[in-house]
Amino acid sequence: MNLHLKVWRQKDAKSAGKLADIEARNIPEDASFLEMLDIVNDDLTGKGEEPIAFDHDCREGICGTCSLSINGVPHGPSETTTCQLYMRKFKDGETIHVEPFRAKTFPVVRDLIVDRSAFDRIQQAGGFITARTGSAQDANCLPVPKVAADAAMEAAACIGCGACVAACPNASAMLFVGAKVSHLALLPQGQAERTSRALKMVRTMDEEGFGNCSNYLECEAVCPADIPASVIARLNREYTVAAVKDGVA
Amino acid sequence: MSAVLDSKIPSGPLSQKWEKHKFESKLINPANRRKYEIIVVGSGLAGASAAASLGEMGYKVKCFCYQDSPRRAHSIAAQGGINAAKNYQNDGDSVQRLFYDTIKGGDFRSREANVYRLAEVSAAIIDQCVAQGVPFAREYGGLLANRSFGGAQVSRTFYARGQTGQQLLLGAYSALNRQIAEKTVEMFPRTEMLDVVLVDGHAKGIVVRDMVTGAITSHAADAVLLCTGGYGNVFYLSTNAKGCNVTASWRAYKRGALFANPCYTQIHPTCIPVAGDYQSKLTLMSESLRNDGRVWVPKKKGDNRKPHEIPDAERDYYLERKYPSFGNLAPRDISSRSAKEACDDGRGVGPGGLGVFLDFADAIKRLGEPTVRERYGNLFDMYHQITGENAYQQPMRIYPAVHYTMGGLWVDYDLMSNIPGLFVLGEANFSDHGANRLGASALMQGLADGYFVLPYTIGNYLAPQIGKRPTTDREEFKRTEADVRARTNRLLGIKGKRTVDHFHRELGRIMWDYCGMARSEKSLQRALAQIPPLREEFWKNVNVPGEGEALNVSLEKAGRVADFLEFGELLCLDAFERRESCGGHFREEFQYPDGEAKRDDSNFQHVAAWGFNGEGAKPTRNVEPLVFEEVHPSVRSYK
Repeated sequence: MNLHLKVWRQKDAKSAGKLADIEARNIPEDASFLEMLDIVNDDLTGKGEEPIAFDHDCREGICGTCSLSINGVPHGPSETTTCQLYMRKFKDGETIHVEPFRAKTFPVVRDLIVDRSAFDRIQQAGGFITARTGSAQDANCLPVPKVAADAAMEAAACIGCGACVAACPNASAMLFVGAKVSHLALLPQGQAERTSRALKMVRTMDEEGFGNCSNYLECEAVCPADIPASVIARLNREYTVAAVKDGVA
Repeated sequence: MSAVLDSKIPSGPLSQKWEKHKFESKLINPANRRKYEIIVVGSGLAGASAAASLGEMGYKVKCFCYQDSPRRAHSIAAQGGINAAKNYQNDGDSVQRLFYDTIKGGDFRSREANVYRLAEVSAAIIDQCVAQGVPFAREYGGLLANRSFGGAQVSRTFYARGQTGQQLLLGAYSALNRQIAEKTVEMFPRTEMLDVVLVDGHAKGIVVRDMVTGAITSHAADAVLLCTGGYGNVFYLSTNAKGCNVTASWRAYKRGALFANPCYTQIHPTCIPVAGDYQSKLTLMSESLRNDGRVWVPKKKGDNRKPHEIPDAERDYYLERKYPSFGNLAPRDISSRSAKEACDDGRGVGPGGLGVFLDFADAIKRLGEPTVRERYGNLFDMYHQITGENAYQQPMRIYPAVHYTMGGLWVDYDLMSNIPGLFVLGEANFSDHGANRLGASALMQGLADGYFVLPYTIGNYLAPQIGKRPTTDREEFKRTEADVRARTNRLLGIKGKRTVDHFHRELGRIMWDYCGMARSEKSLQRALAQIPPLREEFWKNVNVPGEGEALNVSLEKAGRVADFLEFGELLCLDAFERRESCGGHFREEFQYPDGEAKRDDSNFQHVAAWGFNGEGAKPTRNVEPLVFEEVHPSVRSYK
């Protein structure tokens, strides 16, 4: 199949960017979206032009590296991530817009690559349980009800790709933060730091410039890891209780 | 130049070596630890766990990774689980049994003392991960659940859905994050190590390239840890992430580190078959599927009927037929080779006849579709996205693919290479899996090395090194930096006609065709004849557009492929010189009449550790004999 691509090209963070017209020719429909870009890049390189820079790594939907807004939707029409999107979902001759994840907190590095290090800084603020190596008791000393363990796993499945932020009109990171706060708050091991974790992560999220949640739920719709929006409700509860406790103390 | 390989295995009975060694190892007092700087390259299970643990102890750590965040290292893609000798299922497991299964699974080509230690610390890993909040699967009573894996007859595998690697890595990442916040660890994402710096023969730093700005800089340290994973991408198509590479290990090799057993590569039996030339990677379907799926091919050659039209009597469930006691759970090397035999025999299925069926019809009949969906739903979904086929209604098609590499840089019992101060952890070293790794043991090894081995053993090297850290003003740093710059400029200056990927694909084809699942003297000679001219053409005709002082994806790839083009030759040379079959290394000349691998213990019961002798010179094959005090190497039988 042949496709008309409109691809965001931008030399670096300081330069202005623009949509460039690029033709993708002879694309097999069993190729993945990223393999389609590989073919286009081979073509561009052959012509002495610089290939389109895009982030990708595992290409099996788990590392969270690949991004791309395809026709305005983070990860496009994929059920999960961009790397798991196959060209059979598109029609021959179609025009496809390919842009980076858009958010002020994710500045463009080059072309389709953005800087998501704000996510790491939020995790550093409190997304952990303090468990020094070697200090743990036997794992079965602390039974965890299956229901709680399963709910924690559901939240822990977040791959940190940032699609939730890119999809949100407010560029809110509450699905991302809610996922980690929920994962650890649901487990008995996470209780000791429950209050400080919620406070620190939310405050860092605000300092980084992510917006608030106003219940559009676009985040849940695009999330490749199926993180439910209920983690946002839990985050609100956790934060409210933590802020009250913090105020009292 | 041949080297003396002292593995420094402690004396005494096998079960007491580690305790004894820990007691005899040198300690660094807490007030002195902050005077040491340690470089960790890589942030996967081994790197993140080591960096976090060393930071907690009070060392100053710098951690580097090529990904945009340490959370994305390829350990994250491990699906099935992690082994540990907990015996929670009361089914006869023990440290001794996990040790024996691992040694036997590795076809008696791993180091006994290292494997025993791995089994010993395995239980503590599960405790550590649970304390961090890793949400392992649980039973209704709240206790941890287990499943079975290939090569074992006990249930000792802990898992978190089909995403165990992800959850373990995020656990280690969270511990690492805590140390970054405490400022004991400084993190350098999107930074690639391009060389190691030796000062007076000791590893005292690295040269790196900032992948965003292109700046090339040096970092000095008291010790350097390489936790940089495996080299499966030398085959171009593998289950590795696109960025996985051999560069850190290869640069260390060219500075004098020995490369051990590079020919030990693991071909995983259950991957989605190749669909076309454009394909960029292969996707694994977890081995756990073999708990309920049945592997078969038609009995008749060239049988093109649809799978459901082939009656049971005309199907060959070849693993169940050949290995009745392990059946579909035979180890990976054996399962892969059996699939290849069936396809070579003209009984393969799907496009090109390169595939076998993995059939869930019986499991669905026995358990019902909802149960199968609960156990494997995410894998069935992934299979559907990639192939467009519904595996609830028709069998999956699978074929073996390169997955893991058991070979790696040579290390002693302290995980230190033959270069003092250079340590190697996780998949990047060679010591624990012999010629074949069992399922769910990679995660165990990565975390064992990082959490529970290296933090104890590094003291032996560091104690006498206090105050000896050089600065990057030294001549050795300037010279190494200049080497890196020259190489980068050379790649950019070729301006040839072919893309980097062209050369990578071509190398991958040679490696897979001549040094893949089966190897022979003839095929290896062919590979060894074809790789040097390809490498020569690369350096004359590769096209690397763009500039060095900017984000340049082609340049990154070119540097890695240039190293693969050298390393591939060493891998084939090692395969050529190892005139026996063992584990994942199958030489067609050495097999029993029934097709099983035929080891040659009298001539090859050793580690081959290759030493660099300069460009164009033949490397030296050093030998470390494998001494078995506890187990008696036998013919591996899974029948």
